[in-house]
Amino acid sequence: MSLSGGWYLTLAAVLFGIGAVGVLVRRNVLVMFMCIELMLNAANLTFVTFSRMLGDIGGQVVVFFVLVVAAAEVVVGLGIVVAIFRRSTSTVADDLHVLKG
Amino acid sequence: MTLTLLAAGGATIPDIIVFAVSAAVIIMGAFGVVTSRNPVHAALSLVMTLFGVAVLFIEQDANFLAAVQVIVYAGAIVVLFLFVIMFLGVDRRENIEAEPLVGQRPLALIFVGVAVASLVALLVSSHWVTGAHGVVGPINGSVNPGSPGAPSGEVAQLGKQLFTTYLFAFEATAALLVIAVVGAVVLARRERRDLEKPSVESPDDEPSSDSSEKEVLR
Repeated sequence: MSLSGGWYLTLAAVLFGIGAVGVLVRRNVLVMFMCIELMLNAANLTFVTFSRMLGDIGGQVVVFFVLVVAAAEVVVGLGIVVAIFRRSTSTVADDLHVLKG
Repeated sequence: MTLTLLAAGGATIPDIIVFAVSAAVIIMGAFGVVTSRNPVHAALSLVMTLFGVAVLFIEQDANFLAAVQVIVYAGAIVVLFLFVIMFLGVDRRENIEAEPLVGQRPLALIFVGVAVASLVALLVSSHWVTGAHGVVGPINGSVNPGSPGAPSGEVAQLGKQLFTTYLFAFEATAALLVIAVVGAVVLARRERRDLEKPSVESPDDEPSSDSSEKEVLR
């Protein structure tokens, strides 16, 4: 019997907040991706907690799908980063202003 | 905080210790990801957070997901991050003191602080456990209740639901993974046309490493 779900949900909210701050504040595209992973993990923790609180396996199935989508997202995202790096040799988001009028 | 939501409700001392330690590990790792200057250190802090989350999965009887979390996230995704960091050669310290947009960081902190505070407020003022029956299936019930020796437990339930209730979504993830692989290959491959005619655009725009690599390839 573990702690009541509120502790886990609060921790997940804080983890999500840290990830959101990272996406907003950092300039490096790779670190921004890592912060997105932090937010996905916070959502996963919330799903597992609700799955336990409600006694329903559905939350864990959703976490499984989130893992798959996260893997696909990272593969495509890092492919885009490599493709951009070939042109501009920079992973800083501020340097990508070729579309600016 | 209402006492009902955050009460220790039947938790033993080891449970509390496990939660406290892994919560500290998770928060420290998350801070490491956001504040470290070196992307490699950020990736290693991410591993720390992922392991903490895996421990909390085990603590909540999601053993299969904890294993998948370690294998897929720490074993594949972070390795992919590290591979790209090393491949691009950006594993050096960067200056994070410079603030290109004036006032963005305080604003980001304020907005996220308000968002997290309202999340916690919502958490405290709500009653999540409604007493309704599960819509998908019980976590630990037997997969096939009538027959003797039928597998039971969380892994069996997860597998059963994945291949019955969520079969369409499961097949869609297969298609998604194939599309991701094809997309990564398309993004990563170099056009043969560019290899033969390097000066399609003005050669000044080309990064120097790019053109030297073309020379090697030719």
